[in-house]
Amino acid sequence: MITEISFYSLSFLAIVSSILMIFHKNAMYSVLFLLICFFSVAGLYVMLNAQFLGIVHIIVYAGAIMVLFLYVIMFLNMSSPITIRKSKLIMLAAICTGLMFLFVLFAALWSVPFGHAPQQVDQNIGLAKTLGKVLFNEYLIPFEVTSVLFLSGMIGVVIFNKKETENE
Amino acid sequence: MTILVFKILLVLVLFLISLGVAAYSTYSERKVAAFIQDRLGPNRAGPFGILQPIADGIKMIMKEEIIPLTSNKILFVAGPAITMITALMTSAVIPWGPSVTIDGMKVPLQVADINIGILYVMGVVSLGVYGIMIGGWASNNKYALLGAVRASTQMISYELAMGMSIIAIIMTTGSLSIGDMVTGQHGTWGMGWNIFVQPLGFLIFLICAFAECNRTPFDLPESETELVGGYHTEYSSMKLGFYLFAEYVNMFISSAIITCLYFGGYHFPFMDKVSAIMGEVPFAILCVMVFFLKILFFIFFFMWVRWTIPRFRFDQLMNLGWKVLLPLSVLNMLATGTIIVLNS
Amino acid sequence: MQPLSSRSKIVSNKTMSWSERLYIPAILAGLKVTLHHLFKKKVTVSYPEQTRPHSKFYRGRHVLKRDDQGRENCTACGLCAIACPAEAITMVAEERQKGEETLYREEKYAAEYNINMLRCIFCGLCEEACPKDAIYLTDTISTSGYNRDTFLYTKDMLLEGALPETRIDIQARRKGQREGAM
Repeated sequence: MITEISFYSLSFLAIVSSILMIFHKNAMYSVLFLLICFFSVAGLYVMLNAQFLGIVHIIVYAGAIMVLFLYVIMFLNMSSPITIRKSKLIMLAAICTGLMFLFVLFAALWSVPFGHAPQQVDQNIGLAKTLGKVLFNEYLIPFEVTSVLFLSGMIGVVIFNKKETENE
Repeated sequence: MTILVFKILLVLVLFLISLGVAAYSTYSERKVAAFIQDRLGPNRAGPFGILQPIADGIKMIMKEEIIPLTSNKILFVAGPAITMITALMTSAVIPWGPSVTIDGMKVPLQVADINIGILYVMGVVSLGVYGIMIGGWASNNKYALLGAVRASTQMISYELAMGMSIIAIIMTTGSLSIGDMVTGQHGTWGMGWNIFVQPLGFLIFLICAFAECNRTPFDLPESETELVGGYHTEYSSMKLGFYLFAEYVNMFISSAIITCLYFGGYHFPFMDKVSAIMGEVPFAILCVMVFFLKILFFIFFFMWVRWTIPRFRFDQLMNLGWKVLLPLSVLNMLATGTIIVLNS
Repeated sequence: MQPLSSRSKIVSNKTMSWSERLYIPAILAGLKVTLHHLFKKKVTVSYPEQTRPHSKFYRGRHVLKRDDQGRENCTACGLCAIACPAEAITMVAEERQKGEETLYREEKYAAEYNINMLRCIFCGLCEEACPKDAIYLTDTISTSGYNRDTFLYTKDMLLEGALPETRIDIQARRKGQREGAM
């Protein structure tokens, strides 16, 4: 009973806050609604016994990435409502991207069998130990490749900045 | 059922203790500052000025509450509230003493011994910056905004080195739970403290803790010489009080975390012999007292440093965080890993 | 160039060595200094309960003296006003009427006697100029005030009481002055 109530309220909160995030005119509020969305998703993770994933979700997304978003928005002074550019090409591109994303989402959902209650999930599936074993045995190469990708991204940014300053 | 009652009681007691310690930290901060500067400090309210925090609290509540006309009112009120909530949240995972037996069950003196305790602490700490950022932005004041921006950059920069130094501890302990980390430091004499294993990690963690608490020498978000009051320039009354108070709560909690991670929590030398003589409950009380003694020392250390070292310049802060502490913590992590692999 | 004082230091721009760049020894040295101060004797004087000792020649608030029979000494000669370098003293002279012999010692007296304490520099020249032993500076600390009007001391504020117990003792000061003169 308690799990059902909390599941539905968390999902409701996640959906409502993400819709509000998209439709709110003020960028600052959008970021804060996204933050609420992250928290409710983290709550859902915890309900699935994936505390590790939930807390990492909060640390990485809410604690680091959204802080940087807020940081940029504060500097850009986007407190005034945004006017959307109505160039037809951009709108077309946006619609195409949205439809493609929707397609990917549906394709992903298609393969998932519905009707699994949270209790039926393996209790230890989300623990740090289980996750680590899976990551470093089955998915070792993708995991390492991802980290190399991140590293190259970081180095790229550094080099990008250095060249600009040298040219000045 | 009794365990649930016990836990609720523990939460309430912790809440009161956190606030009480924070209140008297404001008093002792002023006393320590005064003593270091050869002054006497507050000594008018009660004997030795012992009622000063109460007088300060009454003053804060009675003052006029000002919400600037051009500010964002909801977020302006939400800022201090978020800061205070995140400051008080961390104490839930700290083990305050050894377990006691209730109803034939061993119950640790800890609100929630979750298996990812240290990550929970990191998560809550990383959220602490939101209160400052939201408050600073909602004030609609350039100084407040600059303070908020400084706070966010500082927090993010030092979180990295902090996390890295914690990873070394996690590697030696083999667990993410703070309870396991503390019990792992028992050693042979109750002196297997991590400080002897991880001196460099401790130093990095200590510096990062100062930065995360916005304490001098890292109090750039509120540096009064250049930013008036930083992020709380526009705040008055108890909302300002919450911001200032949250700093002291944070100081208390980070002292507790430092003690848990590096100074053996409630462990003390020859504790096994003492526990053999005493009963379970008196021994638990003694352990809690030892733990608080260590915490109080670190709170004093925070103050001691504040009145010794002047504030950094912002570029110095960034240099220290990114070019010194982060490489050092990575090095510390690698060295720890190598030693663990060689030993096994 | 010849150094102006023995305390002057030659400043150099030398780069710090590796051990100095660690800063930790320097920070520890700083912590040691502050710890030392923590246990030092405090210099604060808790004012209303404790007071700092005055020198014998302390020049504080002025007093207008009376003679042994309780008559005012001042004859409004104006020498103090002339002597005053800050021009703080003003007075209005008046002739003594019949029946006022118990109030004023000489035939002329000061009907008004004002000292502007914002101007007064407590130099004590009024006291030296006075030929009638009428004005003295006491060791009472001159009080502060909330507005500028409160600093204009009038005659009734300056004059000591006629009763023996309300007299202000300036004997120590008189003696000190004599010693200082010698």
